[in-house]
Amino acid sequence: MGAQLRVYKRRIRSVTATKKITKAMEMIAASRIVKAQRKVAASAPYAAELTRAVTAVATGSNTKHPLTTEVEAPARAAVLLVTSDRGLAGGYSANAIKAAERLTARLRGEGKEVDTFIVGRKGVAYFGFRERKVADSWTGFTDSPEYADAKKVAAPLIEAVRKDTAEGGVDELHIVFTEFVSMMTQTPVDNRMLPLSLEKAKEETGGKSEILPLFDFEPSAEDVLDALLPRYVESRIYNALLQAAASEHAARRRAMKSATDNAGDLITNLTRLANAARQADITQEISEIVGGSAALADATAGSDK
Amino acid sequence: MAAELHVELVAADRSVWSGEATLVVARTTSGDIGVMPGHQPLLGVLESGPVTIRTSEGQTVVAAVHGGFISFADDKLSLLAEIAELADEIDVQRAERALERAKSAADASAERRADVRLRAVAVG
Repeated sequence: MGAQLRVYKRRIRSVTATKKITKAMEMIAASRIVKAQRKVAASAPYAAELTRAVTAVATGSNTKHPLTTEVEAPARAAVLLVTSDRGLAGGYSANAIKAAERLTARLRGEGKEVDTFIVGRKGVAYFGFRERKVADSWTGFTDSPEYADAKKVAAPLIEAVRKDTAEGGVDELHIVFTEFVSMMTQTPVDNRMLPLSLEKAKEETGGKSEILPLFDFEPSAEDVLDALLPRYVESRIYNALLQAAASEHAARRRAMKSATDNAGDLITNLTRLANAARQADITQEISEIVGGSAALADATAGSDK
Repeated sequence: MAAELHVELVAADRSVWSGEATLVVARTTSGDIGVMPGHQPLLGVLESGPVTIRTSEGQTVVAAVHGGFISFADDKLSLLAEIAELADEIDVQRAERALERAKSAADASAERRADVRLRAVAVG
């Protein structure tokens, strides 16, 4: 076998192995999207009811609460960035990080300090490599987040909002995550979670505007709101984590699909090259034999004379 | 037909139970409260504890609810809880073991969770 042919054969083998892996990853991601979507759907009733309750308290009473009132001159904002733990998902994490950078630049432009909170190893690595300060970070659950994870993430954020700005608290809370629009489209979005704007809250959970009845609050409107808002933030973060997980799987599926397609193309091309090399080898061998026998014939014909 | 109210019992990650009922008893921070059809619109904070739902077929559904809210308006009642389980779903032995463990580890919240589960089973 010719040396050239052997090189091609070896490359075809390695690309075939890679293709098998990417194909498997594509199928795994595809099955996980469905699971993740189901989880998003399962969390919807809770989020919708919670939004309704928050709207009811906020409109039905004149309660003022630190989590709903806008500060006149906000000095510090917290940004929660949701990225993935693992790579091989195309531009998924990079896009989310870019969106967070844009938001951070905008907030800085408005004269606010920005505290960054990060979910996912990729975001932590990005900030760690650039030696930028991260207020807090969580990793290890971006594939399939549980409600307990959302609680864990929400706790320090809520605490930071409750604290006075002078003591290191924040006035605003933003979240950057990748919204799952469809199988083919996932867009990074930034939402302001707190202070709460009720119109937006309704839009996000798809609630229709309805006239809410005058509620009796048990024990009191303040206490109800006090208990509701942390749950509301947790549920929003939970929803964001779930959507980000679905987006991550969709992005990975797409990246792996194009990798598999690419590997297929590469194998086709390499096979053609290998065939050409084989044919060239054969042609050369034939011409050597023919040339050799012709030379031999010539030689014997000459000696005969 | 007797008046009915529609009940939705939802946990953070799933919908636990929904259906028609004639009476719902739950424990709010200011005491037990019973809601029947036609009740005044209500929004309250729930304590951890069992919630009893009397269905329109006359059966009783008991669920363990760990914190959460009750909201009632227009004969629609929603019970929101981070964690909610029906009494039938609760594994008594596991809850008992969890209670023992929590007691020896002096984990107050885990102890409360296990206790609520057992109480819900006892009521059901």
